[in-house]
Amino acid sequence: MQRHGAVSTGTGTGTGTGIRRACARKIRSRAALTLTQRQPSTLAAMSTAPTPHGVHEPAVLLRGLTKSYRDLTVLRGVDLDVARGSIVALLGSNGAGKTTVIKILSTLLRADGGTARVNGFDVATQGAEVRGSISLTGQFAAVDEILTGRENLVLMARLRHVTDPGVVADDLLRRFSLAEAGTRRVATYSGGMRRRLDLAMSLVGDPPVIFLDEPTTGLDPQARIEVWRAVSELARGGTTVLLTTQHLDEAEQLADRIAILHEGRITVNGTLAELRRLLPPAEVEYVEKQPTLEDVFLAVVGADASGHAHRDDPGTRTSDDLTTPGERP
Amino acid sequence: MTTHVVQDTAALLGRSLRHIARSPDTIITTVVMPIAFMLLFVYVLGGAIETGTDSYVTYLLPGILLITVASGISYTAYRLFLDTTSGIFERFHAMPIARSSVLWAHVLTSLVANLISLVVVVGVALLMGFRSGAGVSGWLAVTGILALFTVALTWIAVIPGLTATSVDGASVFSYPLILLPFISSAFVPTATMPGPVRWFAEHQPVTAIVDAIRDLLTGQPVGTGIWTALAWCVGILVVAYVLADLAYRRRIA
Repeated sequence: MQRHGAVSTGTGTGTGTGIRRACARKIRSRAALTLTQRQPSTLAAMSTAPTPHGVHEPAVLLRGLTKSYRDLTVLRGVDLDVARGSIVALLGSNGAGKTTVIKILSTLLRADGGTARVNGFDVATQGAEVRGSISLTGQFAAVDEILTGRENLVLMARLRHVTDPGVVADDLLRRFSLAEAGTRRVATYSGGMRRRLDLAMSLVGDPPVIFLDEPTTGLDPQARIEVWRAVSELARGGTTVLLTTQHLDEAEQLADRIAILHEGRITVNGTLAELRRLLPPAEVEYVEKQPTLEDVFLAVVGADASGHAHRDDPGTRTSDDLTTPGERP
Repeated sequence: MTTHVVQDTAALLGRSLRHIARSPDTIITTVVMPIAFMLLFVYVLGGAIETGTDSYVTYLLPGILLITVASGISYTAYRLFLDTTSGIFERFHAMPIARSSVLWAHVLTSLVANLISLVVVVGVALLMGFRSGAGVSGWLAVTGILALFTVALTWIAVIPGLTATSVDGASVFSYPLILLPFISSAFVPTATMPGPVRWFAEHQPVTAIVDAIRDLLTGQPVGTGIWTALAWCVGILVVAYVLADLAYRRRIA
């Protein structure tokens, strides 16, 4: 049973080639193998049994979710759990349906079939309760450019009916290093600042579940690191985070578990260590090279921020490793 | 889950009103065209128009006020379109708020902005010699009709705001509304028009509304005309609201 929880038994290779089918089978069997090595705590977090009252239910629970846009079938039966307090990355190429999943979970779209529950509430029948439990940070920073950063936060606070909107806004401005910029109009903000404000707006009222749809798309490396830091802080505070991304390194940085959405199903679902073992070596090599260039970039432009980029794993690269003479310390 | 329609609408209304306060050009561009029409008709064409009244600007003003509203409401479509494309519309809809407050905030913003524009246009008309013998109740009635007309037309503007695929598409709908007063009693008495045009002019809403406002402003007895005007406003409001609501439901699936 735990195996089924870990590895989605998607068999959606009907449209795939024979090679892909063989590949998928191989990946599945190897994933099953890796499961035996998982630590008990991880296994506990993966419990898939839906409980009627939602207390022990995962923060997000998807079963057999389907969605089509006219003739285009996007989701063919998505199964996914997101344990409370964890960060799960939903990985997939463009058009894989990641945003569709997020929109269904945020009650912005209706699924054609299957079950979607958030914080114990059904998105189809308990929309208001779901919206009370979540916060959505969409693909493009949904901030009001004409208002100041602080006014954006106060607006969110008023809409969430928190008792002291001004205090909440000021607190979040501090947490996201926007205190000085708080009185400036958002139109003057950089992309990274907008994203941080966007995230801060999602935190107003402390929703237990947060959806981030491609939170770093279009950001430069420094801004991405700023966002990553903010997301990690969220999870440390006990917030459940489901994020979508096209970037392996982003999933690598942030996620406790990674689920790959492909051809309308979750084909792989596991921790980073498990997924690393699944990927063909050549692909791994390519992924390893990309951050190196990023590190060079960060070192050359002298990103202070990158030095504080928290990487919980001391073994991984940080831009500190790369010191360029003549650049500021 | 309890909803807070009034508080949520107030919060969102505050947001949109800040937009207007920070880009007063939306008021300026709204009033430029009606004022230009007023100058053109009073000082260029007006001398040749026989209305049977002493002051052409006084005759003209009600139609100009409707043109002001028709040009002002396109900003609602524009702002709504920007909200839907910027993602903030989805942000609001993924929040535990009363969903109807999102549209109502835009409609009320339009009402406030248009009332400001109307005051500016009336001010210019006063400078041009417009005088009214109407008392407080007459002015209140005029304000009421114009407010109702604004809300009705704003709900029309909500439809392209929700369904348009480009900024131009969101605002182009207002051109016919701006031109409609020209085929009415707004600029010339309908009696001078040829048969079919006259029939259209006398049976379209602008004539009824213009006549009612003109009677109120000049202190004439309004008679049953005001009920026709109100019926048109309410009718437009109901139809536009229903269609806007449909567009809204389709939009949020």
